[in-house]
Amino acid sequence: MPFILHLYHAILSVQLFLIKYSSMDLADKLTPSLQVDQLSCVRNDIELFSDLNFKLQSGQVLQIEGANGCGKTSLLRILCGLMLPADGQIKWNNSNIQKDRLRYNNDLAYIGHHNGIKDDLSCEENLQFFLSLGNTKDDINVDDILDQVGLLDKDESLARKLSAGQRRRLALARLLMTNAPLWILDEPFTALDPKGRELIEGYFDQHCSQGGMIIFTTHHAVALEHSQIQFLRIGHDKQ
Amino acid sequence: MTNSSYTAFKTMVHRDFTLAMRNRSEWTNPLFFFFLACSLFPLGIGPEPNTLERIAPGIIWVTALLAAMLSLESIFRSDFEDGSLEQLVLSPYPFTVLVYAKILVHWLVTGIPLMLLSPLLGLILHMPADGIGLLMLSLLIGTPVLSLIGSIGVALTVGLKRGGMLLSLLILPLYIPILIFGAGAVDVGLGGLDASGHFLLMGAILILAFTLSPLATAAALRVSI
Repeated sequence: MPFILHLYHAILSVQLFLIKYSSMDLADKLTPSLQVDQLSCVRNDIELFSDLNFKLQSGQVLQIEGANGCGKTSLLRILCGLMLPADGQIKWNNSNIQKDRLRYNNDLAYIGHHNGIKDDLSCEENLQFFLSLGNTKDDINVDDILDQVGLLDKDESLARKLSAGQRRRLALARLLMTNAPLWILDEPFTALDPKGRELIEGYFDQHCSQGGMIIFTTHHAVALEHSQIQFLRIGHDKQ
Repeated sequence: MTNSSYTAFKTMVHRDFTLAMRNRSEWTNPLFFFFLACSLFPLGIGPEPNTLERIAPGIIWVTALLAAMLSLESIFRSDFEDGSLEQLVLSPYPFTVLVYAKILVHWLVTGIPLMLLSPLLGLILHMPADGIGLLMLSLLIGTPVLSLIGSIGVALTVGLKRGGMLLSLLILPLYIPILIFGAGAVDVGLGGLDASGHFLLMGAILILAFTLSPLATAAALRVSI
């Protein structure tokens, strides 16, 4: 009789373990996460940051802070996979981003210092190109997107004729088209007027409420209505 | 190539071709250089038909090679400067496929016009009609090699501010085999011998460059950006 009880107990334990394990696995699949372990960056023989660890999960916003030249852009480029870190690793959904690069690229939208738009293409052509080459939503109408960022009357204009703020809006319009859950943005508010900034903050809120995550740098004060911003200070003067 | 990669390839070709058509000076300037440099030789050497005919294949090939080099920077330079290259590297499609598309467009807007212009320069340099046919064929096989090998050099130097000189140092030694066989094929043909051996070797070089250079270019671009 005790033997049967032990056996029953053992089977029950295995079942509980399996249930727990499978639910963990399912949870990991359902909620994307970006994990940074022991990251360090060296440029021109100078260590910009070291032993950086953080984890970002669905719905979270992370603002990178630091003085000029402390390595914010380098960090974002490393997070995108454009640069290799001196040490450490970055995992997207528990797999190293360098190992499964195309899948990571599919889940990533990056807007850097440069807008990544072609001056000799019109606004509409620039967005059409992104539509064909990016991971974008299915029912996208380019005119609607241009309308939302306030560039509908410029749809036929070449991008070179736009002002710096309008070019930034055109670059950020890609965020409205992408399906990617992870946004990495380097100074997204540069050159934008207060209305443009408000617009982008609205997209941030919307993206996070839909389970997306954002990492960005800025020197502006950002206020999101529905999401809490976490801060990460890098550089040697960090507190 | 999967269906989606093929769509990405087509999109890239369409975009780069549109940009090339809107920014004509990038590819017409090397063509002018090709035409002017070749047409200076009769003035410098003298209008002796036998001498010109003898050196014509070499002159046309060397100037075509230099003209192709002049246009190489345009493959990646503007994409690097405006941040488009970062976006292409981060696109969810294989980067090598996009590099193939960019090299193809470069060849279409520089290699093909060089080849089409060569008969006129052949006439200026007193080449016989059958020699002109061989010259066009050699340029048809040779100019894609110039674009393919050149793209590796541009990819390595695109991040440098003054990469032009370094580009020449990197690329010119690699251009030597195709120059020897290209000019040699026309020379041999003009001498009444069978030039098929030269063309087969050029074809082999083309296949080698076509297979490997976009991979090397894509890897070099990842390092440069």
